[in-house]
Amino acid sequence: MNTRRSPLTAFAALVVFVFLYAPLAVVLVFSFNAARYGTAWQGFTVDWYLRLLDNDAAISAGINTLQLACTSTCCATLLGTALAYGMSRYEFPGKRLFHHVLHIPVFIPDIVLAVALLLFFAVVRKFLAGFELGMTTMTLAHVTLQIPFIAIVVRARMADCDPQLEEAAADLGAGPWLTFRHVTFPLMVPGIVAGGLLAFTLSLDDFVVSFFTSGPGATTLPILIYSSVKRGLTPEIHALASLIVVVSAATVVTVAWFRNRTEVKP
Amino acid sequence: MTSAPTGSTRLKRRRLRRTVHFGEPLPPGAHLFRASWLCGPSVLWMTLFLLGPLLFVIAMSFAQRGDDGEIIWRFTTENYARLFGQGALGFDPVQPLILARSVGVGAVTAALCLLAGLPVAFFIAGLPRRWKGAALTLVVIPFWTNLLVRTYGWQLILAPDGWVADALRTANWLAADGELYPGWPAVLIALVCDYLPFMILPLYASVEKLDPALEEAAADLGASPTRTFWHVVLPQIRPGLVAGCVLVFLPATGQFVIPDLLGGAKLALLGNAVQQQFGAGRDWPFGSAIAVAALVVMLFGLWLHTRVTQGRREVALP
Repeated sequence: MNTRRSPLTAFAALVVFVFLYAPLAVVLVFSFNAARYGTAWQGFTVDWYLRLLDNDAAISAGINTLQLACTSTCCATLLGTALAYGMSRYEFPGKRLFHHVLHIPVFIPDIVLAVALLLFFAVVRKFLAGFELGMTTMTLAHVTLQIPFIAIVVRARMADCDPQLEEAAADLGAGPWLTFRHVTFPLMVPGIVAGGLLAFTLSLDDFVVSFFTSGPGATTLPILIYSSVKRGLTPEIHALASLIVVVSAATVVTVAWFRNRTEVKP
Repeated sequence: MTSAPTGSTRLKRRRLRRTVHFGEPLPPGAHLFRASWLCGPSVLWMTLFLLGPLLFVIAMSFAQRGDDGEIIWRFTTENYARLFGQGALGFDPVQPLILARSVGVGAVTAALCLLAGLPVAFFIAGLPRRWKGAALTLVVIPFWTNLLVRTYGWQLILAPDGWVADALRTANWLAADGELYPGWPAVLIALVCDYLPFMILPLYASVEKLDPALEEAAADLGASPTRTFWHVVLPQIRPGLVAGCVLVFLPATGQFVIPDLLGGAKLALLGNAVQQQFGAGRDWPFGSAIAVAALVVMLFGLWLHTRVTQGRREVALP
């Protein structure tokens, strides 16, 4: 008997996959349902997607979300990549401790990080006039959330690469800069791209941290969706949600494809 | 002929890499200098925006709340006493109940994820090589999509007048006036759906290493499938199993969105209690104490995780 190939295992796995995708599928289906109210199917329409174009709240939230995700991802990618490179090549006191600190944001309940930052920003506001909760505070918060993800992904990539490649380049007479430019950095790129894209989706989908560190006028799409769920859902929100889901899913598929293509072959 | 580097040559090579940099010797001070401008900004950033705020939370948890919700910086352990059930009129079970409920929900979610994750892990391990990557990607896609959307998707599916509830009522598995949402079933279903990838990935990593011949050998020697599972398979996949349980348990205890949207007011978990105190309750010191409790649960889980995996593997990010 082989558990892996048994039809029973395959069937159970299929059920679990359906279960994983059910909520996403339902939202996607409802975004094409012509019915304004209720759950009955009343025909196919793309009307809700078109109406989003006239929805000012959704548009401005969308712009905020993209702006936030782009800014924070750029900052975090720069910081995280330098961090990963430095940590894998050089020694400094407290490195092991900092390695553990990096894993805090991965495991910490979102809400704890969110209130900690809220508290911190409230204190800063007391001492710094004109410091308001808004896009800036959200960006700071997101970068904090993203740095560890990028650093972990890039470091893992660097650990997979053969150190002898660098030694070979040096043996062949390349100086430190040439070696970095033509050997090390190209090897790091897949890790940087994967880490950056994952960090981007992290920012795009974050609700809890944004919710606590945003101010009036700085609404993001997840915050908009949350308030709609609380007030009552409309098909337009289904359409909006579907769009976000499709963007995130496409990003993850890209990362997987990219990783697969550039995998270090043993 | 090349052979895998033995432990001592690997160590030597590592030491060599650290002192010889791109073929050139690196003076000792240079390490610190280069590390400081490469890692310095991030270390500063994480200290300022992660460690600092967390220390604030810990400090705040020992402060007092004024009558209008303002914070009085006078040391007290009252917030923790309240967390463990000391009320104005003697024992007040509300807060300890939230604590116990959160831990309980985390444990049940981990158990359910294990049940659901095992067949998937075995299934993927049995796939032809080129399909494995695709199947694993399929597992993690939902994890990276928006949690809010998935949660309200369950709202739609489990709605009292939805077809799932109807079907269950027809089958007599649900009372005529019974509801799936808001309530426990909905919260648990959404939590399991949400954290399943955390279980499947480490489980799969363990199952993948398991030699299928062992199962066959056990069967040949007359062990029943159940016996084979308990005595042959389970001991071998234990590291992945424990890692998965911890990875599910940790975030599930601190969840805020799922109980908020699917549980209704009666099913508050630690996350909701924190949100309540920082929002409408306006009792930041007490909210901080709850947050510290959530932190302690997390640190305990992390400690357990490193102990079980013995630092062999970095955290597997989906």
